[in-house]
Amino acid sequence: MSTHTTAPPKTRPPGTPETTGMDAPTKDGVGSSARRPDGVPKVTGDFAYSSDLWAEGMLWGATVRSPHPRARIVSIDISKALALPGVWAVLTHEDVPGRKTYGLELPDQPVLAWDQVRYEGEAVVIIAAEHPETARRAADRVTIVYEELDPITDPEAALEVGTDALHPGGNLVRHVPIRSGDQDATADVVVTGDYATRMQDQAFLGPESGLAVPDGEGGVDLYVATQWMHVDLGQLAGSLGLTEDRVRITLAGVGGAFGAREDLSMQIHCCMLALHTNRPVKMMYSREESFYGHVHRHPARMHYEHGATKAGDLVYVKAKIVLDGGAYASSSTAVVSNAACFAAGPYNVPNTTIDGYVAYTNNPPCGAMRGFGSVQVCFAYESQMDKLADALGMDPVDLRIRNAMTTGSRLPTGQKVEGPAPVKELLESIRAMPLPPATPAGPLDLTRYPGGVSNTTHGEGVRRGIGYGVGFKNIAYSEGFDDYSTARVKLWVSGGEPIVEVHTAAAEVGQGIVTVQMQIARTELGVDQVVVLPADTQVGSAGSTSASRQTSMTGGAVRRACIAVRMRVLQKVVGTLTDDPGDLSLNGGKIVSDSLGMTLDLAEVIGAGSFEETYEYHHRKTSPLDPETGQGDAHVAFAFSAHRAVCDVDLELGLVKVVELATAQDVGKAINPQAVEGQIEGGSAQGLGLAVMEEIQIKDGKIMNPSFTDYLIPTILDMPPMQIDIMELGDPDSEYGVKGVGEPPAISSTPAIVAALRDASGKPLARIPVRPDDFLDFISSGDD
Amino acid sequence: MEFFRPASLAEALEIKAAHPGGIPIAGGTDLMVEINFDKRRPEVLIDLTVCPELQEWSRSNGTIRIGSGVSYSRLIAELAGELPGLAIASRTVGSPQIRNRGTLGGNLGTASPAGDGVPPLVAVGAEVEVASTNGARTLPVAEFITGVKKNALAGDELIVAVHVPVAKGPQQFSKIGTRNAMVIAVATFSIALDLESRTVGTALGSSSPRPLRAHDAEEFIAAELDWAEHTPVPANVAERFGELVAGVATPIDDVRGTAAYRRHALGVMAKRTLTWTWDEAGRLGAPAEWKGPRS
Repeated sequence: MSTHTTAPPKTRPPGTPETTGMDAPTKDGVGSSARRPDGVPKVTGDFAYSSDLWAEGMLWGATVRSPHPRARIVSIDISKALALPGVWAVLTHEDVPGRKTYGLELPDQPVLAWDQVRYEGEAVVIIAAEHPETARRAADRVTIVYEELDPITDPEAALEVGTDALHPGGNLVRHVPIRSGDQDATADVVVTGDYATRMQDQAFLGPESGLAVPDGEGGVDLYVATQWMHVDLGQLAGSLGLTEDRVRITLAGVGGAFGAREDLSMQIHCCMLALHTNRPVKMMYSREESFYGHVHRHPARMHYEHGATKAGDLVYVKAKIVLDGGAYASSSTAVVSNAACFAAGPYNVPNTTIDGYVAYTNNPPCGAMRGFGSVQVCFAYESQMDKLADALGMDPVDLRIRNAMTTGSRLPTGQKVEGPAPVKELLESIRAMPLPPATPAGPLDLTRYPGGVSNTTHGEGVRRGIGYGVGFKNIAYSEGFDDYSTARVKLWVSGGEPIVEVHTAAAEVGQGIVTVQMQIARTELGVDQVVVLPADTQVGSAGSTSASRQTSMTGGAVRRACIAVRMRVLQKVVGTLTDDPGDLSLNGGKIVSDSLGMTLDLAEVIGAGSFEETYEYHHRKTSPLDPETGQGDAHVAFAFSAHRAVCDVDLELGLVKVVELATAQDVGKAINPQAVEGQIEGGSAQGLGLAVMEEIQIKDGKIMNPSFTDYLIPTILDMPPMQIDIMELGDPDSEYGVKGVGEPPAISSTPAIVAALRDASGKPLARIPVRPDDFLDFISSGDD
Repeated sequence: MEFFRPASLAEALEIKAAHPGGIPIAGGTDLMVEINFDKRRPEVLIDLTVCPELQEWSRSNGTIRIGSGVSYSRLIAELAGELPGLAIASRTVGSPQIRNRGTLGGNLGTASPAGDGVPPLVAVGAEVEVASTNGARTLPVAEFITGVKKNALAGDELIVAVHVPVAKGPQQFSKIGTRNAMVIAVATFSIALDLESRTVGTALGSSSPRPLRAHDAEEFIAAELDWAEHTPVPANVAERFGELVAGVATPIDDVRGTAAYRRHALGVMAKRTLTWTWDEAGRLGAPAEWKGPRS
């Protein structure tokens, strides 16, 4: 069920030309739930994912990985592997043609390890063979002698003086301090808490895979599932020792991403093998290898202190956040910045003392995952708000509303929130939604109880709880990064009908950006037929499919490019119908004079020619954070969401059933309402997973559950029905008023669920995911 | 790798005799995972899915003989009335896709302590029928499984069928997992009331290297229950029953759960399933009227 709350039409930003179709939506245009072209093929199994790629005469790649979280490499002997018939290449660090390291922010990760390995699963040797089984057998024949070292697995210990440095600059990847207001502020009521979140996997279903095809002239074409081809390109060309024009990347079918494809996985390896053998090479990780082949969500330890007046006004927030970055930097510097910036939550807090740290350890590397640093702190600050409400004897929603951020509020960084900040409205919306029935009616239905069809309770021991959570995060890239997207739009006539071609490098990872581009082109140019070309590096960068940014950034670029095309078309007919181009619009394949009510056939006007425009859409500039005070306008926009969770807990067994999730989210403008609902449901499910089951368990630096048998993600029987209120409040600073949608649901769902579990059980539940043992008094679960 | 697909049991036994190291495959829901994880590289695979003798079940003298290749989906659809405990357990196996492929024979062949199909068999004293070219033999399921992923099958033998007595009273099965479906068992418990002999059968799963019966708990509760009047089980009796069940477990700490939790959960499951079966027996009245549970 979903409802829509729509604000009055927003004021169009100055300089933005009038558009067609916003009042009377074009068929399958902006605001409609247009069907996605990949929907049916994905359901029927016809969609070609990157793992389905095939080329005549191709070889299969395999990777030899370190079994140790920390070790010196004494020697590498590849001779036995090379001797195996069917093996075409066995390569080590010595064969990396260019830069021997890579990384999103700091190039600290070896393409192939040479003197040491810093995490279990680090790549050391790569192999190409005629058959994947041959490649695996060759991998078994590589002899690597390691000298094992004691792994450093505790991020706080890693930061202590005297601990071995895992990298030349020490173990501190970044410290983000934020200081605002009175550092010595005191308050009537003080609550403190220590919270921990554990390592979550993005658990995309399509494992890392791609196909590299040498062009015979020293260059290479790579077809790969990734999130940002142009940032892959720079790293790839650098390590291959090629200029960027000799490396061409085309997006292959992506089976989910959620941040896990921001970093390189097999890209350099696959291209090295292809260039070395002069044969096409395919690499495809198994599920187990995938757990070692991409970064995960940072585990966090968070110490919080909240001070408030007796009336319930927040006076101060002190927070110390330590993230485990694992062995390499990935996007850790940006993740910790988000964790620090949003550490106090979407509340007005006059005085803050916030320190975010991220440390190198010998655990698996951590980096981007949906929510990106906002998830961990939201669990902590929302847990604190409940604790504070309890200490004050206040209703937890009332306390949140009392302190809710609004437009004009300032973050601890001093940045003023300029767009809509409907924290109060979101909370009021979900509070007003009807609650699910108290007890299941009718005959015994096991799926409605904790434990489900496993048949552990018929109602015994079950108690219900309700919890709330609200969260926010930045949209698009921050801290002064020049974030942009490029779109090329061409309008011409084919078979007597006008047709629009849209070309961008925006990675469709399942979220629906292809459909969004089609909808925008239909609306802006009034043309039914829209073709979105495959995303590749033959057009300018679209930036990353991350940070909830593609609909606003690439959508913005497509819209602006369409408008530029439209202006040129209309210029051609000025004087024919009217002298005022502002009187003309494009709709239904016609050029319409609004005042005269006359039309011209668009196809006839275009004739044999074509109109093509490229637009580079930049969001407004942001600033770095002051390195000592953390002050600065670091973010371009903020998105907010709130969840209410209703959960049943079997108090004797510690098993959980999330009965219902209700949510409200401001999306600015729903370009495709059904896709928005999909994002909200999916993000909420991922938040549910973090709350109650998803954890990469690590012991002494080693992953204990690298499979979907033991890394559990929610099934349809774990994910409850949702009530969804999609608010469209219109961001004045973006095209159509859109705001990112993808991440907020994964932020506020988790604390709401844990709050409901606390409400049902009375247990502190300061560590997620919550385990059955955490509900039982007599059992101590050990860690954290 | 050599791959055989015998068209009859006799042919399958010939192949097995010729290749004692050959690995039988039916649903492949365990074996293919092991192959994918590179934990096993069988030299010989014997596909039993087209042996007609293994795909059927039959009834005689109060016992159901289930071919080792019958899927969980069929056990649920066709045998829930006569073998309710096994049907409840079968519903907890994997996903619909896994239940369509997976077989009871596979569960016994794999002999994982977490096999969901095993405890309901042990609780009712079911027997496994194995065969070779030299003939067939049967042995109790509890003896067939000899350790973690170990069973009593000789190199030339195949699992042919399982002989399960038709329920003589309510049966229950309960399974702990940290997800509400499609989860490997953290701990399981099976209970079967025999209203004719006034005895109770139990079995614990995922709680020890081999499936266990809680004999002391069975004897205790059989003596405590008021078989004639079906008065409710006193709370302290149910509690004691749970303690006796939990007491026989020898669980471990692993990624799926702690030993302490497993032991605790067994006690709770034992207490609850006892109550469910006893309440059902009370509703159904005398043994003569026993028609099997609602499915």
